[in-house]
Amino acid sequence: MKKKLRRTMLFCPANKPKHLFTSMIYEPDCIIFDLEDAVPFNEKVAARDLLVEALKAIDYGQVEVFARINALYTDFGEDDVRALVPAGLKRLRLPMCESEKDVKDLDVLLTEIERAHNIEVGSVKVQCAIETPKGVVNSLAIAQASPRVTSISFGAEDFTRTLGTDRTKAGNELFLARSTVALNANIAGVDAIDTVYADVKDEEGFIKEVESARNLGFSGKSCIHPSQVELVHKIYTPNSKDIEASIKIIEAARNADIEKGGVIVVDGKMIDIPVIAKAERILELAVGAGIQIGGVSI
Amino acid sequence: MSLDKTFPSYIEGYGTVKPYAGPFATAPSAHRYGPKLSSSKPGDSKIVSNLEAALEKSGIRDGMTISFHHHLRNGDYIVNMVMDKIAEMGIKDITICASSLTNAHEPLIEHIRNGVVTGLHTSGLRGKIGKAQATENILGKPVVFRTHGGRARAIEAGEIKIDIAFIGASACDPMGNMNGVEGKSAFGSMGYPMVDAQYADKVVVITDNICPFPLSKIAIPMQYVDYIIEVESIGDTALIATGATRVTKNPTDLLIAKRAAEVLVASGYIKEGYSFQAGSGGASLAVCKYLKDYMTEHQIVGSFAAGGVTGYLVELLEQGYFKALLDTQTFDVMAVDSIRDNTNHIEMSASMYANPHNKACSAHQLDVMILSATEIDTQFNINSLTGSTGLIMGALGGAPDTAAGAKLTVVVAPTMRKRIPIVVDKVTNIVTPGDTVDVLVTERGISVNPKRQDIQNMLDQAGIKTLSIEDHLKLVEKFTGKPDHISYTDEIVGVVEYRDGTVIDLIYKVKTT
Repeated sequence: MKKKLRRTMLFCPANKPKHLFTSMIYEPDCIIFDLEDAVPFNEKVAARDLLVEALKAIDYGQVEVFARINALYTDFGEDDVRALVPAGLKRLRLPMCESEKDVKDLDVLLTEIERAHNIEVGSVKVQCAIETPKGVVNSLAIAQASPRVTSISFGAEDFTRTLGTDRTKAGNELFLARSTVALNANIAGVDAIDTVYADVKDEEGFIKEVESARNLGFSGKSCIHPSQVELVHKIYTPNSKDIEASIKIIEAARNADIEKGGVIVVDGKMIDIPVIAKAERILELAVGAGIQIGGVSI
Repeated sequence: MSLDKTFPSYIEGYGTVKPYAGPFATAPSAHRYGPKLSSSKPGDSKIVSNLEAALEKSGIRDGMTISFHHHLRNGDYIVNMVMDKIAEMGIKDITICASSLTNAHEPLIEHIRNGVVTGLHTSGLRGKIGKAQATENILGKPVVFRTHGGRARAIEAGEIKIDIAFIGASACDPMGNMNGVEGKSAFGSMGYPMVDAQYADKVVVITDNICPFPLSKIAIPMQYVDYIIEVESIGDTALIATGATRVTKNPTDLLIAKRAAEVLVASGYIKEGYSFQAGSGGASLAVCKYLKDYMTEHQIVGSFAAGGVTGYLVELLEQGYFKALLDTQTFDVMAVDSIRDNTNHIEMSASMYANPHNKACSAHQLDVMILSATEIDTQFNINSLTGSTGLIMGALGGAPDTAAGAKLTVVVAPTMRKRIPIVVDKVTNIVTPGDTVDVLVTERGISVNPKRQDIQNMLDQAGIKTLSIEDHLKLVEKFTGKPDHISYTDEIVGVVEYRDGTVIDLIYKVKTT
């Protein structure tokens, strides 16, 4: 099955009705309707009600819809899950995830709700937000805590606040944490999603940060404005030279029957499983960007 | 092509109705109207001490038709100044022929209620006047709505005869040479009153800036002018022209604009020497931003851009993207400076802009026109005059003129504003007929008028996804539901003329109980 691209996760406050029916027009890979930090305390319940109705009524097409729930230790977190899952939500983002236990607690709650509403057990997937130094250190355990976990994300604002430092444009203070999250996601076989870039007007800075995230191994970027979506997609769109090379690699590997092991040489370069995997990833990104890649199926 | 509408053959307060029969179905046969001849002698003085004296000298009397322009927009003092004086003099039964009316003209309501004003001809009506006419028929007869080209045509054809034209000018010399580009109240092009000045029996200039003779830049020359009065101010400068109009930052408008630009490129019209016009707001102007990128990449230079001219179009002229701007109406300070200083920024009359019954007009030279809409229906008819509640709250402007003239007319609009659908099964009123509209671009998709199979093929070849207008409507109604239709009485409160003088729609009084 084709792997779902998660290049962009567009954050939309769930207390703003307009966002609930317009966010998909910008064609992000994922939308995250936020019930947590973007929603004022006195609107938490109303925002949840709005989102529940939107999930029942609105067709989001190909866009993968997430809700960032409130942390389970708050007054709202558990009720968020109890309301959203029966309304059809299939993707949750768990904020401030610090340990395996946080995931397992949510897993137990989800299983109970799925059973109670005749929803396939395990069908609701989770993205774990790593936002503290402790979370970073435990990120591998978190990513492996449940088969429900399909991605882990890094949140720089809470991370720097917890660490007692400031976020800079250069981002040196985040280097180790971002790298760790990306590495551990890779080990666990889940997607890694990079933090938001708050200065919407600074397009150049945003592009640099997305390029660095891609190079570190992140699958995608959290976006806080529709204008950021297209920029990320461009950066994650492979160039034609890489696409052509990848098609050649996949075709050669299939012809030589080495997709499950073995080595061949194409254009003087050694082709083995990691190279094939990289070529497949490039073609997935190309297809995600709407590029026709001929008869090669991925 | 006729529309699915039936009209009475005669309307009290309007006259005989010639129904719309197609964008170019009507040809004129009469001669151009001529105003009364005048004479002048050496030593004549045109400057009159005050408005009342100017009115008396012009022979103001009951039943006359007087005209105004709307270049001063929401900052205009002229209409109210003149009408207050006419009312004070006890004159009644005046017909106003304005190029348009804005929120600044709400005091007209009292003059209408008092019988001072008994006829209105305009491109648009907004605010309280629009509401009062739609719900109360305060005029007691229909307002006649004309396009910018249609107004010029009606004046030249003598279908509306102007007894006295009142022309606000930001600079005028003692003989009446005038412009709109100098002085504290500068507003730019004098495109609309250029027509009035030539066809009115009397012309009164109202200015706050008398300059020495001869004025160096002349938009309307002295041979048309009878009297001049100087006032302290012709308008509120803050409301006449804003600073440079910037391209919207609204992400939905930008998305629509980007898609529209893709449609234009795929349709093959964006090539060396092409011509272009767009509205000044929202997604329309933003289309230029994306076209600019394409023109840079492919080293394309356009021949002219036209219309309501904004600072953004001026930048495109100055940066060499277009060779000329043709300007009937100037929208901001940057564009006012440009039309004053740049010889390639050309002032044009409303007749040269859009009159279908003269020997050429710029609207007919357009390759591409970008329009906005209050409503668009499944026949691609556009409404930009009445709201979904039946109230009169907009204008015809130059939309019907340019849609008929351009090789490709693209409507850019969101599918809904607030909870009100823009894509509907039938527009509240038809202003621009669907047979002159080619493509609709919204934030949710692109629909091509089935009569433009050539465009549909080009978009298909370019891999641009489209959906039928009926599916577009279904998509919108999923969010908005089907709105209830408005209930009307059988009283006609507005006649919408097509640019050729035929009647394209009637506005009925809204039932308020």
